[in-house]
Amino acid sequence: MASADEQRPGVRPRRTLGRRLDIAARYAFPTTCTMLLMLLTRAPLGLSGQAVLLPAVALSSVWFWSVFRPTGMPPPAVFLIGVLYDLLGWQPIGTGVLVLLLLHGAALRARRPLATGGFLLIWLGFAAAATAAAALEWALTCLLTWRLLPPAPAIFQAVLSASIYPALAIVFARAHRSVANPERA
Amino acid sequence: MGYPPDQDHNVNPSVSDWVLQACATADLQPQACEFFVGATTIPSRRDAARANLPPPMIHLSIPARQALAKLTLPVLIAASFGLMLIGKADTVVAEHARIALDDALAPIYAMLAAPLRQVHDTVADAAGFWDIRSENAQLLEQNTELRRWQSIALALDAENKRLKAELHWVPDNAPSYVTARVVADAGGVYAKAVLLSVGPHHSIRKGEIALDGHGLVGRVTEVGSRVARVLLITDLNSRIPVIMEKSGAHAILVGTNGPLPRLMYWPEGSPPQEGEQIVTSPVANMFPADLPVGTVHYTAGHVPEVVPAASLERLEVVRVFDYGMTGKPPPTPAQPAFDQAY
Repeated sequence: MASADEQRPGVRPRRTLGRRLDIAARYAFPTTCTMLLMLLTRAPLGLSGQAVLLPAVALSSVWFWSVFRPTGMPPPAVFLIGVLYDLLGWQPIGTGVLVLLLLHGAALRARRPLATGGFLLIWLGFAAAATAAAALEWALTCLLTWRLLPPAPAIFQAVLSASIYPALAIVFARAHRSVANPERA
Repeated sequence: MGYPPDQDHNVNPSVSDWVLQACATADLQPQACEFFVGATTIPSRRDAARANLPPPMIHLSIPARQALAKLTLPVLIAASFGLMLIGKADTVVAEHARIALDDALAPIYAMLAAPLRQVHDTVADAAGFWDIRSENAQLLEQNTELRRWQSIALALDAENKRLKAELHWVPDNAPSYVTARVVADAGGVYAKAVLLSVGPHHSIRKGEIALDGHGLVGRVTEVGSRVARVLLITDLNSRIPVIMEKSGAHAILVGTNGPLPRLMYWPEGSPPQEGEQIVTSPVANMFPADLPVGTVHYTAGHVPEVVPAASLERLEVVRVFDYGMTGKPPPTPAQPAFDQAY
């Protein structure tokens, strides 16, 4: 790739160590930001039903960055986020990993049609994906703990995920244009 | 190739690299290259993405890189199934990983707790300011009533002491306890549990009993070096032997993951009565006798539920008692249901 870069005409800044670090930090921003937000959802905020914030934040974040900047949210990063999600959420290990990887795959598949439809289409796409994710997570947890769990928390999780997505998307979209943008390095 | 830098750049760099490299070797015109690259990427976003991508760590051939990029997601999905199997086969590993993570995070959560509580109190104060007059009147009334009860309680206490002295009553050993702050929810979506920050040199063990100022909270299920996890009485896996105070009949308190656990398996002829006090039973040596649990409340569908005496939705500080119980240890969330019923 570097050789192709050199063969292309044009003036570009030198790749100093600082600039390389800056670029790397910008690439790492989506993953780091998602993990920190997930840790924050477990702080003692004193909200009832706070446990559902963790899946809502994880799903919204993975969806947003997979649609808008998949280079900053590659599959291995999604895998790590999934492991953290399972550990923090006290659910059977592997369920969150699978759900988030499938969500990431769905977002990658749908990003070209979604990109033309504007925010509303992306939001609707996320609402559908979050509902499917909550249902899959419920089914997997039932299967792995071998008991029928009440479905109400899964419904609440899907509704909350879809509801907080716009708020998170506004903040993420700003970051996407500024701190998470490697071009600004 | 002078495309304006675009914020929304998401391309497959390996493919565009390959095409561009091929074009450069074949000495094609940039326009021709653009045609080929445009077929595989979003053209207006290509340059920006390429210019800033970090160089690859390992130099692989282009087709190998492409194949790797395509394979990553399916391989990781397969790995997630593997993780599920490992988690199912060896629950101890997952439990240790969780407790280790919580051990690392607990000091941070404990540090955040103080400012968050202050914000909470300020908001509550601001809300309470409006009905301060009516609240004051209500408190004065309650105070008079409580003074009356205090005199009754003191008289009963004196009588109790006298009667015990006459009977040569051997008092129970006072249990030792640790007071701990609740720092985080540890239940997730499908369980009800809290995480306690207990300091580095604690003596808490699995199976000890957590109480708040009003009643039973739950039992300790996992212990780390700085944290302890308490499974609440409302959790789906919680089964607690209880006694109904009026009839003295035994029953089992079963958690439902909802706010009110249910009463089950009471003896025929002595159903729970509305408003009856429920206390723990020493049966099976899991709990000491007579810890307050809550009061009976019938639902519209005539199912007896228990309104917990402890304020489980707003737990801030709990006391973890060591009653020296030797019964079956509390369930862990990863075990299947048939192991957990006792």
